[in-house]
Amino acid sequence: MKFIKFILLSIKIFLRGGKYFYLWISFLLLLILWGVTGYINQISDGLIVTSMRDSVSWGFYIGNFTFLVGVAAASIMLVIPAYIYEWKPIKEVVIFGEILAISSVIMCLLFIIADMGQPLRFWHMLPILGTMNFPSSILTWDAMVLNSYLFLNLFIVTYLLYHAFIKKEYNKSIVMPLILLSIPLAVGIHTVTAFLYNGMPARHYWNSAILTPKFIASAFCSGPAVMLILFQILRKITSFQIKDEVFWKIAELMAYAMFLNLFLTGSEIFKEYYSDTEHLIYHKYLYTGIGKHNDLVIYAWSSIIMGIAAFFLFLIPKTRTNFLTLNIGAVFIYLSVYVEKGIGLIIPAFTPDVLGQFYIYTPSWAELRVAAGIFSLGFLLFTFMVKVAIAIIFEDFNIDKLSSLTFRDIFKNIIDDKSAPKPESASRG
Amino acid sequence: MKNKIENAGIPMEEKDKSTTTRKNLLKTAAAAGMMLATGCKMSMEEFLQKNFKTLTDSEKKEIITRLESEYSKKYGKKFTVSAQEPIEGTLFGYALDISRCIGCRRCVYACVNENNQSRKPQVHWIQVLQMDKEKGIDYHHSDTHYNPPKVPLEGHFYLPVACQQCRNPQCTTVCPVKATWQEIDGIVVVDYNWCIGCRNCMAACPYGARHFNWGQPSIPNEEVNPETHYLGNRPRMKGVVEKCTFCIQRARAGLYPSCVEVCPVGARKFGNLLDPESEIRYILKTKRVLILKEDLNTQPKFYYFFGV
Repeated sequence: MKFIKFILLSIKIFLRGGKYFYLWISFLLLLILWGVTGYINQISDGLIVTSMRDSVSWGFYIGNFTFLVGVAAASIMLVIPAYIYEWKPIKEVVIFGEILAISSVIMCLLFIIADMGQPLRFWHMLPILGTMNFPSSILTWDAMVLNSYLFLNLFIVTYLLYHAFIKKEYNKSIVMPLILLSIPLAVGIHTVTAFLYNGMPARHYWNSAILTPKFIASAFCSGPAVMLILFQILRKITSFQIKDEVFWKIAELMAYAMFLNLFLTGSEIFKEYYSDTEHLIYHKYLYTGIGKHNDLVIYAWSSIIMGIAAFFLFLIPKTRTNFLTLNIGAVFIYLSVYVEKGIGLIIPAFTPDVLGQFYIYTPSWAELRVAAGIFSLGFLLFTFMVKVAIAIIFEDFNIDKLSSLTFRDIFKNIIDDKSAPKPESASRG
Repeated sequence: MKNKIENAGIPMEEKDKSTTTRKNLLKTAAAAGMMLATGCKMSMEEFLQKNFKTLTDSEKKEIITRLESEYSKKYGKKFTVSAQEPIEGTLFGYALDISRCIGCRRCVYACVNENNQSRKPQVHWIQVLQMDKEKGIDYHHSDTHYNPPKVPLEGHFYLPVACQQCRNPQCTTVCPVKATWQEIDGIVVVDYNWCIGCRNCMAACPYGARHFNWGQPSIPNEEVNPETHYLGNRPRMKGVVEKCTFCIQRARAGLYPSCVEVCPVGARKFGNLLDPESEIRYILKTKRVLILKEDLNTQPKFYYFFGV
């Protein structure tokens, strides 16, 4: 009963907002609608509406999936330094990290569904009901760890927020082991996803032992990049207290991770170019292009240059402690890893294909459309959860306040359009 | 090998019982799913159908009757869908004489006709690579879209590639749902009604032998081959993977695959690897054979050789 009240309050909190909030939500809803109608087309015509073909049989969907696994994993990994350096708001770091993880994993699963030729047959993969090919198929491992990770994080976040809502102290002996469990699981989802590609001898581009450590290193960059920006926003609009030193520390750790990532990339480039075997061709396609086929070159080099730039911005204390350069660095890292773990990871493995044939892949409108829909849904979920978390943690919303916040008031506010109601006045008035 | 252990130790009755409750449970979920899938023309029976390998004989019969009537109605021809099991004591192998192949692609189209590949969008199970004689087997300098006025083109040789029917197949290992497996007679098959279309097998196959139905497959009624096998050339749906099965519908009936039969220069040889008197064993004994990408340890049962 109390839990229903909790859900109800969450919805009310979410709907509270001004003009800009509703503009943002309408924008997301429009994109979701655009994506859904695109997906309906894909269902009725088949994956032929994408640019994927037999030669390049995975593309933009799987690229986005891989990138988002990294974001999901790394947002939790921030818990480790939070412990080591004893950052004050550790509970908040955990909650917002997990909210990002939940949204990312949901997007991951949606990208997988979007990529399936027969999505209605998903149940074939379930244990007992279907015939799950466990432990042979790494894909079944991936499905298991991703779902466990999703439910674990969902449980922890809901548990913590719900207890704050009913004004009860949460049970540490339940939460702590689960949080600790989520850390190896975060490493697990990324390792297993890397193994999915790594374990295929047919694809020389992936079949290199450096792939998995590179996954982890780049994930340590992209996940915290989102958190850096989110924490700044939280600090500005709520009573969230977080010291500047924490940002600088995160940025410093990201610099190390980025260095490792660039070092591993460099090692791979050296090995491929110096040994100059026939397997070099995939790296050539990515970095220099082959003949007139140079579609990925600009992305590959932008990714490396942005990575290097961000590394220096985060390494040099002066730029690291300046919030302008810090934010530029975060955006650079995010874009750099998005290219590297997205199209830069998937497309070269298939170009040329296993029989040496070139099929030049660039995502079709249908793919961009479905992807935009999925990202918008992820952002919507993220906005929802962050708003609820802010209200419960910082604005002291709880079970007693439920009746004071009615749907009528919320909508009256929107219609009157008196900009966003001040959170303070709503909660403490 | 890894796929053989399923259902070991589960008594038959228990399996059936759990199946019925499972079916009821799924029915409600299915109804919801059906409403969502506007574009999916899928019947309830089809949706609830189990993995072919786990079916009892009576269940198989029921499904086959349903498919036969469905296909007959759709194409206006009497269809047969066989589920013939492997013949004991057979392990199929294939040999292709590179020195004879002229690159005419008759095998490609014979295969399309026999195995009901989609005409539009076009699906080909056999790909013929045109290679430079000076470069040897070099995929990155080969061309599948060659189109000279006359084959063979001076200075080139031809390498037709289809499923290599590996003894150690990567594709079946990576399949998350056991929709593809190696039969006892060595043929790697796909259950089109169980495949979820994730294309993990396509990423894993080193020979580009697996093909996906990106769109709704289409075959003109007058061209469709009504003599089919469940695990082979029966009509497919969109969103599933398909591949060469050594013409399972023919091979298990004691016939040559259609590519062997059509080859105008006799470059293609096929037979039972377990029969010491077979032609394929004669080739292995008297010729020097090679396999493609031996470094990947896929151990193909598809050999290439130089006959002359």
